[in-house]
Amino acid sequence: MPMLRPLEPVGRGPRLVLGVSFFVLFVAVWAFATLGGYVSRTFLADPLTMVQDGWLLLTRFGFLGDIGVTVWRVLGGFVLAAVVAVPLGILMGAYKPVEAFLEPFVSFARYLPASAFVPLLILWAGIGETQKLLVIFIGSVFQIVLMVAVAVGQTRRDLVEAAYTLGATDRGVVRRVLIPANAPEIAEILRLVLGWAWTYVIVAEFIGSSSGIGHMIIESQALLATGQIIFGIIVIGLIGLVSDFAFKALNRALFRWRLA
Amino acid sequence: MSQAKLLVEGVSRVFPAARGGKPTRALEPVDLQVGANDFITILGPSGCGKSTLLRIVAGLDRPSSGRVLLDGRPVAGPGPDRGVVFQSYTLFPWLTVAENIEFGLREKGMPAAERRGIVEAYLDKVGLRGFEGHYPRQLSGGMQQRTAIARALANDPEILLLDEPFGALDNQTRALMQELLLGIWEREAKTVLFVTHDIEEAIFMASRVVVMTARPGRIKADVRVDLPHPRHYTIKTSPEFSALKAQLTEEIRAEAVLAAAEH
Ligand SMILES: Nc1ncnc2c1ncn2[C@@H]1O[C@H](COP(=O)(O)OP(=O)(O)OP(=O)(O)O)[C@@H](O)[C@H]1O
Ligand SMILES: [Mg+2]
Repeated sequence: MPMLRPLEPVGRGPRLVLGVSFFVLFVAVWAFATLGGYVSRTFLADPLTMVQDGWLLLTRFGFLGDIGVTVWRVLGGFVLAAVVAVPLGILMGAYKPVEAFLEPFVSFARYLPASAFVPLLILWAGIGETQKLLVIFIGSVFQIVLMVAVAVGQTRRDLVEAAYTLGATDRGVVRRVLIPANAPEIAEILRLVLGWAWTYVIVAEFIGSSSGIGHMIIESQALLATGQIIFGIIVIGLIGLVSDFAFKALNRALFRWRLA
Repeated sequence: MSQAKLLVEGVSRVFPAARGGKPTRALEPVDLQVGANDFITILGPSGCGKSTLLRIVAGLDRPSSGRVLLDGRPVAGPGPDRGVVFQSYTLFPWLTVAENIEFGLREKGMPAAERRGIVEAYLDKVGLRGFEGHYPRQLSGGMQQRTAIARALANDPEILLLDEPFGALDNQTRALMQELLLGIWEREAKTVLFVTHDIEEAIFMASRVVVMTARPGRIKADVRVDLPHPRHYTIKTSPEFSALKAQLTEEIRAEAVLAAAEH
């Protein structure tokens, strides 16, 4: 075993093995605790039961439909939030009076817990899809605005100055310097916030919903079907992992200049 | 005597005090005339306000007093008539070499075909043919500065302002870059204002060397360099060159001593 050196990089192979082995360890401990009888089945299903329950959910109870609905809600609310928040964040970062006008409110609003809006949104928008989308929208929009504004505000000043000496107009600087310079950062912010959006959607689906992963989880609780609950949670984790990978791959492909 | 291209009249700069400190007088009133096709190098010890002066001419900073005239028109802000090459690498990292060079041309709204012609020409002039598709990250420091020079020149500015553009390069590369820039100047009759603290560099390229005092910066001496053109690097060992070097070394040494005493 070579010495552990700070910041020493690790190869692709060992990295994969190390990453997978923690998952294996995790499942092993779980299996040991449940199958070995150390934890009551009522409270925590064992891995095998979880897989069986999951299979049943998928084949008999149309869980794929629930997954689709939840994914749709997350993406819908998230895209709405991004469409509003990214341009607003860029404006705030670029134009200080806009920032002075909006920043205090947005800073305040981003600490409002999205989940706490659920009851209020049900009163306003009923229990339909609008309400679900709004929860995710509220949860994401202020975060994105603020983080994008900070990123744009920190653009290298010398690049902005160079653009002006090359004849760029104020709008040209925004369009051809501030936006491309921060595009990778903005994509990173979106990736991060998309992760958070998953928490909001599940909470929104706990209350007043008749479909979605969150709905399945809350129903399973009434039935003490912990295997199903855990399966639902794991599915969320897997979708998160996959979308994260996809996002990262997309960013790498779009912003080759960063790695070049 | 050629007519004045650039006129710096009584330009000074005082930076407001940081909390609890005194205001910094970076530049005492400076007067400078730059004729068309002049290659002026500004030589001065570190911290004497060379960058400040250049930034004011570029329109990136405002003078506390005085004014700058380009072709008789007062400078109010940065613009494409004054190309700037900075000491730090300021290529746009998300654009390739070719895209960096055409940045200003696109801002002007020049059609693509015309842009391509100009970019090709400058790729050859700065010797970056074959690297047009590279991103700045993939270039050495010298190549980045050559791209930056091409980017500034592609705009066809009235005057080219350079702030220690070769300061971070090794000696060999720096010498090559000096020849390259001088060659472009000799062929294309540009007006250049070049800031440096390197005496040889200042003499080799200049038609006039302007020496500044230690902070607060003033102009201390203005020395004509009548070495013949085209200049070859071997000129650096000629007696005329050595005489100029000895003279400027004396001028600058006194200032360096002052500057060092202050810090
Ligand atoms: N934005 C600023 N605020 C306050 N003081 C400044 C600012 N910019 C420059 N100064 C001060 O003005 C003086 C001149 O700075 P300047 O950068 O023009 O020097 P320089 O001659 O270019 O030095 P160098 O050769 O090290 O680049 C320095 O003492 C510096 O500390
Ligand atoms: Mg400087």
